[in-house]
Amino acid sequence: MAAFDEMLPESSGPRRPYTAYDRWLKEQDPARLTQKTQDAERVFRKTGITFAVYGEQEASERLIPFDIVPRIISGQEWRRLTQGIEQRVQALNAFLDDIYHRQEILRAGRIPKELIAGNEAFLPEMIGVRPPAGVYTHIIGVDIVRTGENDFFVLEDNARTPSGVSYMLENRETMMQLFPELFQKIKVRPVENYPALLRRSLAAVKPESTSGTPTVAVLTPGSYNSAYFEHAFLADQMGVQLVEGPDLRVVDGHVAMRTTEGFKQIDVLYRRVDDAFLDPLTFRPDSALGIPGIMDVYRAGNITIANAPGTGIADDKAIYSYMPEIVEFYTGRKAILGNIPTWRCSEPDSLKYVLEHIGELVVKEVHGSGGYGMLVGPAASKKECEAFTEKLKAKPSNYIAQPTLALSTCPILTEKGLAPRHVDLRPYVLVSDRIQIVPGGLTRVALKEGSLVVNSSQGGGTKDTWVLDD
Amino acid sequence: MLLGRNANGLYWMNRYIERAENMARLVDAGLRMALTRTQGAAEEWASVVISAGSDVAYGQKYQEHSAANVSDFLLRDTSNPSSVMASIETARFNARMVRTALTRETWESINEAWMALKRMLAKPIDERDLPTVLDAIKRETALIRGAFYGTMLRNEIFDFSQLGTYVERADNTARILDVKYYVLLPSISWVGSTLDNYQWESILRSVSAHRSYRWVYEAEYKPTNIADYLILNARMPRSLTFCYRFVIEHLDFLARDYSARHACHDTAECIHKMLKVGSIKDIFDAGLHEFLTGFIRENTRLGDQIALDYRFY
Repeated sequence: MAAFDEMLPESSGPRRPYTAYDRWLKEQDPARLTQKTQDAERVFRKTGITFAVYGEQEASERLIPFDIVPRIISGQEWRRLTQGIEQRVQALNAFLDDIYHRQEILRAGRIPKELIAGNEAFLPEMIGVRPPAGVYTHIIGVDIVRTGENDFFVLEDNARTPSGVSYMLENRETMMQLFPELFQKIKVRPVENYPALLRRSLAAVKPESTSGTPTVAVLTPGSYNSAYFEHAFLADQMGVQLVEGPDLRVVDGHVAMRTTEGFKQIDVLYRRVDDAFLDPLTFRPDSALGIPGIMDVYRAGNITIANAPGTGIADDKAIYSYMPEIVEFYTGRKAILGNIPTWRCSEPDSLKYVLEHIGELVVKEVHGSGGYGMLVGPAASKKECEAFTEKLKAKPSNYIAQPTLALSTCPILTEKGLAPRHVDLRPYVLVSDRIQIVPGGLTRVALKEGSLVVNSSQGGGTKDTWVLDD
Repeated sequence: MLLGRNANGLYWMNRYIERAENMARLVDAGLRMALTRTQGAAEEWASVVISAGSDVAYGQKYQEHSAANVSDFLLRDTSNPSSVMASIETARFNARMVRTALTRETWESINEAWMALKRMLAKPIDERDLPTVLDAIKRETALIRGAFYGTMLRNEIFDFSQLGTYVERADNTARILDVKYYVLLPSISWVGSTLDNYQWESILRSVSAHRSYRWVYEAEYKPTNIADYLILNARMPRSLTFCYRFVIEHLDFLARDYSARHACHDTAECIHKMLKVGSIKDIFDAGLHEFLTGFIRENTRLGDQIALDYRFY
């Protein structure tokens, strides 16, 4: 299966967006580039941009490998992508509002009722609750894959708490430190205003009862969390407090944080804690990460929680397969960005097909994330396929399957020079009274030859993503 | 505005950085003594362990006080919470927690110190490398201090950090003086006499004051002068009086910033008064050991009171 290479397609020279970069690259001394790769690693270690890997004692703090060859997207490609993303994000928010209110889409029979009723990501506590400014999912990281010149697909919507945006920012920072001359030559659209946009976006969805400038805070599960660096980074860049559950308490109908001068009210909480841990009185009673009573404050309209509780129902993998219908239902137009064909194993015909073709498909858990609990058929051994077949048969509704896509590749710098590796793209979208998409995103790259798994927890790396100002 | 948890993190981050540095000094002083004396090195190492406040934990692990055992225990052993490695780990853990309160330079200096020392202290230290390692520890902590003083805004974040530094330093100096004095002064009648003893130098060396002492006092080491220097001299950066001058200053800044005084302000004033009244002679008359243990107790109480008044927990 020949993959589409975004820089150097087999036939001719470099693709248009890469011409200037390719010219520059050819003039470089390979030894210097290798040196730059090491410099980059030192920069990352020094700043402490690490992530924790679950289940690995020794390497509890690791770096995500960084590749110095940028992923380049032309201005034209970007404009098309953003139109598709905006449409999708509008649909996601409309869907959430509908699903927690009148449920028109279920009445219209466009998606099956069982899919909502029996879904763990659907929170009955949110029924009838309208979040401040009517926004449910404020920060979205849409995972996009490419298979050809004009073929972009959405792989996942990530409408809960998408991570990785700090890497987008630090990757750019690092590239500008390593290769300042490149940014003189090539006009790359900046991404560094993301934290400022995020703060403005969060402030714009403050509760109606808040007058004046709202107090914003980032809620983290704590410094042992794998994405702690990012939580601290964002709070720091936005100039807001980074809080943990035990810092917060409900005081006089508001959420407040314990400061050296007593309790201070918080109006907007950018939470990086899962729904289940948010409020031990409403959800998991054993949660030490949450704030008892915060859901009551939320229902009373006295705090904005971003993203809203219950948004998971929109990026659930079972719902995902209905996204083309969802987009059309709420926007009245066909989806600009396509889905990847998906077999829902809950449907007998689909299950039959999946079981027969398991060696060719990618099978995913409906609620899984981070590349855990999935089977990549073509890369799996016979034994692994058989084990997964048993799991599928035991609980079909827990799985979906997709064809193994020929994800596009982009070269990385290896010891032997450039070598193509599969990539995906996660642009970051901010929703408040408007939708904003920072020109760039996180490009994840599978570092192993032929591998399609780009997740950092599974040996993936990252690249700086350039959107050209052309 | 500062979270109580972050005030706590800043306070302990700085206590542990200070502790790591003082630990290195203490080992340095021990090493010097061991090198300049032909016999009795074990006694000197034993007193180093006591000064470090680690004699009980040490006793559970070792019988003998050798250079290798003591330096290993005080520098690299992470089962000893006050060892340099454990202190730097704790300092970095706290720094990571309060990352948003620190400048990039300050955070990076702590992170780099942690990386450098982790590498350096990964394996048991060869005795020949000990001086290099001790220098490196002092240099790393000096770099942290430089980045901190050079880049941090003088606000509440700075105040809580400095409180940690000076409360820890005062504790360390008082302990060193208390322990060493016992070891060195066989009888109270020796007070005031001039002693020709290398060991006196080790007290001063463990607070990096063996040269500056001579700038202030006469060339000979006199017990009263040394005690005066480490307790009452307001210009000696590791003396109790010096530490409390800054403890008071930062508590006053906080009181002004927040327009509120607390019980900790009174506690600190009380301790400061104890240092201001009288001379070194009065202290000796009432008993140096009693004075020092009283000071250590009050100093600890101040730390607890600050935590309570500023909602650390």
